[in-house]
Order: sequence, then structure tokens, then C-alpha cells
Amino acid sequence: MILGARLLAQFGILFFVISVASLISNQPIFRALPADTAVLTMSFSHGADRRAACRPLTEEEIADLPPNMRRTEICPRRRPPVFVELSVDGARLFEGELPPSGVAGDGPSRIHEQFRLMAGEHDIAVRMRDNPATEGFDYTASRHVVLAPAQHAVIDFKTGAGGFVFSSDGDEGVGAIQAN
Amino acid sequence: MYLERGCDRLFSPALNPFSQLGALGFFFFWIVTVSGVYLFAFFDTGIEAAYQSVEWITRNAWFHAGVTRSFHRYASEVMLLVVGLHVLREFSLDRYRGTRWFSWMSGVPLVAFIYVAGITGYWLVWDQLAQHVAVVSARLLDVLPIFGEPIERNFLTPQSLSSRFFTLLVFLHIAVPLMLLAAMWIHIRRVSRPRVNPPRLLAGLILAAILAVAIIRPALSQGPANLATIPTEVGLDWWFLPLYGLPDSVPGLAILATLAAVFVMVAALPWLPPFRRPKAAEVDLAHCNGCNRCVEDCPYEAIQLVPRTDALPFPHQAAVNPDLCVSCGVCMGACPSSTPFRRTEELRTGIDLPDLPLRALREQTLKVAANLTGKSRVLILACDHGAAAHRKRDAVVMPCVAMSPPSLIDYILSKDLADGVAVMGCAENACYNRLGIRWTKERFAGERDPYLRARVPRDRLTEIWASPLEVVRAETELARFAEIVSRLPSAERQSLRSKELADVVETGVAG
Repeated sequence: MILGARLLAQFGILFFVISVASLISNQPIFRALPADTAVLTMSFSHGADRRAACRPLTEEEIADLPPNMRRTEICPRRRPPVFVELSVDGARLFEGELPPSGVAGDGPSRIHEQFRLMAGEHDIAVRMRDNPATEGFDYTASRHVVLAPAQHAVIDFKTGAGGFVFSSDGDEGVGAIQAN
Repeated sequence: MYLERGCDRLFSPALNPFSQLGALGFFFFWIVTVSGVYLFAFFDTGIEAAYQSVEWITRNAWFHAGVTRSFHRYASEVMLLVVGLHVLREFSLDRYRGTRWFSWMSGVPLVAFIYVAGITGYWLVWDQLAQHVAVVSARLLDVLPIFGEPIERNFLTPQSLSSRFFTLLVFLHIAVPLMLLAAMWIHIRRVSRPRVNPPRLLAGLILAAILAVAIIRPALSQGPANLATIPTEVGLDWWFLPLYGLPDSVPGLAILATLAAVFVMVAALPWLPPFRRPKAAEVDLAHCNGCNRCVEDCPYEAIQLVPRTDALPFPHQAAVNPDLCVSCGVCMGACPSSTPFRRTEELRTGIDLPDLPLRALREQTLKVAANLTGKSRVLILACDHGAAAHRKRDAVVMPCVAMSPPSLIDYILSKDLADGVAVMGCAENACYNRLGIRWTKERFAGERDPYLRARVPRDRLTEIWASPLEVVRAETELARFAEIVSRLPSAERQSLRSKELADVVETGVAG
């Protein structure tokens, strides 16, 4: 009898410890996003056009090159930065130059930024300049979107698709490109 | 410590989970492994298939696979708890420095492996918690300048995620535990007689308790993941995912830097500050016949038998590895040459501690015996890490009570140096030198060489196992023993005459 009670007490202690462990396994609840909030993510990887920095080689420079490597134009290895602006409802959420990646600076510029917006209607405008010779912007796009609470909206950039891609447009969602 | 002593009373010292933390870590690992293998039979890799298969496991096959899922999850959480307690206990008992640095340091990556295995497990379910964990993990990893394309871009939209991602995750969730197992094996390499299995009764009780929790409170998923939305509320597993509950405002670099700093600091603890190691045990070949007892008893595998290097007619001799020796003296207590009865000019033994040789131990015993007066003279053989370490007048303090050969007790009582002997070591199951209490008990019980001779009156000998926090209990038990001894009839013993005793104290030579 005493042995049984002792075993029961031992079981009770172990049951209590494992129960507490199981409670902590999903309590307390963590609120990752405030109520009535949506998230806008601007994320892309794009290499700026480095042809703007190309220059013609002089006759002397061409002559200095090995015969099998002679060319008329030279371009720097390093890419120029990409300039991006993001506005929501007329307010500038992001503005900045994205440096090229890589040790030699010859990789694409990258951005992955998230912004919290109140759920509801918003006017989103995004602009990019990837050629330093351009005045203004090479790519622009804008959308009027209605964001539900907890919705995750994404702005991507795909050169092959013509420019900015909004997740709100669906799978085919290419933004309205207004090339300068 | 008080909690541990309470569990001693409820579970008995042999079953106390606190004294089985390392073994329980192994036990939970095997529960997680076996349950994981079973679950893998029902798991499907794929963006939608992963969640659906886990839901089938949980809802449709709850009575076998669902329960197994709960086993898998709760056992992994309790494993983390057990490992955490194991680390705290070894630290609080000062069992991480000196020679023990290897076990401590090799234990640090284990914690990291457990966390990585747990986190990849949460990804596999591909519910809203998994989505949160995946995105935050990717964000943290993207801080490191080693990835070209940000990993987080893989979780931009539902279309950006491939089913093959789950194949990679399954591989990780199997590979990391395998690495964990290899690291666990390395962790115990330098431990003599490591305990990797808890007692069967304790194991059975734990399995029953997990089963009960698994049935009452089964592990559930938290709704399917959807990358087009952000999970607003998630039930985080605060055992494995506390970092995933930090606000976005905390920079990922700060989190990773803090984690790295904590790991480095914990790994460096054995040298903060540097441990002053006493001199390692030394073998005296003239008194060593290679009997292997010190090799058997060393808790640190610091002694090996090697081919004889002198002319004595024995095939082997003991050899101490000073890098592994902690100078606990257990080997000296095991050596059959360690007998204070020897009538040599300078008392020597086969293996001895330079800082506290057998000769000095006998001298101290005699000095302490000379201090004892009254009706019940109780001489204490005290462990330096136990409740009697502070006693000077009536105690011979040594690194471990297993250092005292059983013949020393015979010597004390047969020479009438005291009316009783109290062996006062560390708290039971918290032996600083791991095996000191066990060896002492087995030697007294005649189960382990060198035995305590049958002629030693057992009613004049007591064992008190208590930590420095249990001085009151230890003193109470000691007083009770003194009272018992005072009532014992005087035995005819070969008493050292006063002058003889004085000579012994002076010269260290006894007859």
C-alpha cells in the first residue's frame, strides 16, 4: 500500500513536470503582428546597368592590349548602385541607394525591407533608377490596393516580367510599367 | 539542492531524477528518435502535403501516430529541461573545471544541436507557427554575410516555396540528431562508467507520465501556413523558440552576437578563472604489483595498466595520466598497499597523492585522535565537498572519502584511536568525484576490493552523506551516532599507550 502510494506520488510529480513543460510549449501566445495591420514587403535583387560608365579606349590603350583581347570600349567591373523610392499614400517609406553586392561590387543590388501598414486602402508607388545616366527613374509602378488585416503584400522586381511585380496582381502580376 | 534532497526522500536516492540528469538526457533522446522514426512513416513532404499528413497523424490516427507525435514533442522539450538542469547542476557542484573541461566543453555544442534539431522539427509541420519560425530563422541567417540571395526571399509568396524545401528539411531533421548522437558519444568519452540509462522504474514512470500528458493534452498544429498572410498570433514553444518571440525591433545581428557571446562564455567557463590543479597521483613501482584496482576505481579513467618497466616479476604496472587526474585520491583508497598498519619507516603505498600521501593521512588521523576526549570519541573522515569539510578538531578532511582505505577505519578502531568512525561525504548522488560514495559503500559492504574487514564492528561505523547546505541534518545524525556509540560496551582493543601515540604523532610510524 505504501509502495503503491509512493509510486503514485512519484508518477504525480513527473506528470506535473511534463504537464508544465507541455503548457510552456505553446503558452503564452505571442502576437507577431498588431491587430488591423498588414505587411508590405519590398524585396528584389537587381543589378544596375553598368554600361553608362563605359568609355571608348584610346588608340594607345588598344595597342597596349594583347591582340586577341583588343576591344574598343572598356567598362568598369563595379556596378553602380540602384536607387529606389517607395511611397505609400504620398508618404515616403523608403528612399535609398542600394550598393552592389560582392567583394568587387559586381553583384546585383539587393533589398528586403518590410513595412507595417494599417489594413485598408492604400496608394503605393515605387520607383527605381538603375542607370546613373538616367534623369528621373527607369522603372516606376503604382497600385491602389486594399489590404486585409494580416495580409502580406509583396513588391518584387523581375526584369524578364518588365519591372515591378505586385503580389496583389496575382501570378501574372506585372505592375504598370512607365519607362522613362 | 533542497529540491534535490526532497526528491531523494520521495524517489529514493537511487531513483532521484536529479541524480540521473545525464542518463535522462540520453533516455529522452531515444524516445525522440524512436517516435520520430515512427512518425516519418506517415509524414509527407510537400507544401500542402506536409501539413495535411501531420493533421492526419493528429486527427485520424490519434491513438497511435497522434500520441507518438505528442511523445516526440514533449520528450524533446523535457530533454531540453533535463539538459539545462544537468548544466546548472554540474556548474553549481563545481564539476566543470580542471580535468572535467572536456566534458563541459563538448557539452556546449550538444545544446546547439538540440536547438537546431528542435527548430527544424517545427518547420516540418508547416503550420502558422512553422511559417513564423521559418521567416524569422531566415531573417536571422540573412544577417550573416555568407548568403548571396536573402533566404527570406524563399518565403515571399506561396509560389516562391518549393516542395523540395521539405525534402531538405527532412534531411536536416535527421542529420542534425545524428550529429547530436555523435557529439553525445564524444561528451562521455572521458567519463568512467557513464550512466546513459536511467533506472527502469524511473524510465517506466516517465513513459507513463508522458503518455498521460499526450492523451490529455495532445500536441496540435496551429492552422496551415499561408505566405500570403502573416501569422498574427502564434503559440510559441518557449523552450525551443524564445528568440522567436523577440520584437522585430531587436536587430538580428545583436541576437546572433549575444548568442555567440553566451556560447563562447559558457564554453570558456572552465578557465574563468583558471583552475589550480593539485599534483596528480603518483605510482610507486616498488609497491605496485599491477593489480588493476586503481584502474577500476578511477572515476576519470586517468589510470591505465602498462607493461612493467622495472625488474619486479609482474606483467603490468599502473600509469597515471596527469592531464586526466583530478587528485581525488580514490586510487589510493583502492590500492591494497594502502594500509596504515604497515610498520615501515616511511609509510608508502603503490599509488599516492603528493599533496596528501597515505603517510600524512595517517599522521592527521593520529593528531585528530589525540584531540578526542569524552565518553564517545567519534573520529570523522570527511570529504572536502561535504557537510563536515569545515570541521578541524575531530575530522580528517580529504578530497574524497573513498580516498581513505577501509583499513584506516580498522586501524582507528582496533588501535582504540576513537570509539566510533563517521564517514561524512558529499550528498548522496551528488558525489563531487562521481563514484566516491558508491565505492565507499561497496567496500564497506564487502562487495568491492579492498573490503572493510569483518572484524571491524559495524555499530561503531556510520556513513553520513550530506552537502555543505545540509550541515544541520549532518550534525543531527552525527550527534545521534555519538549517542549510540556512548552506549556501546567497551570492547577489548589493542590500545596505543599514550606515549606510543605521542611517538606516532611525532614520527608518523605506528606499530
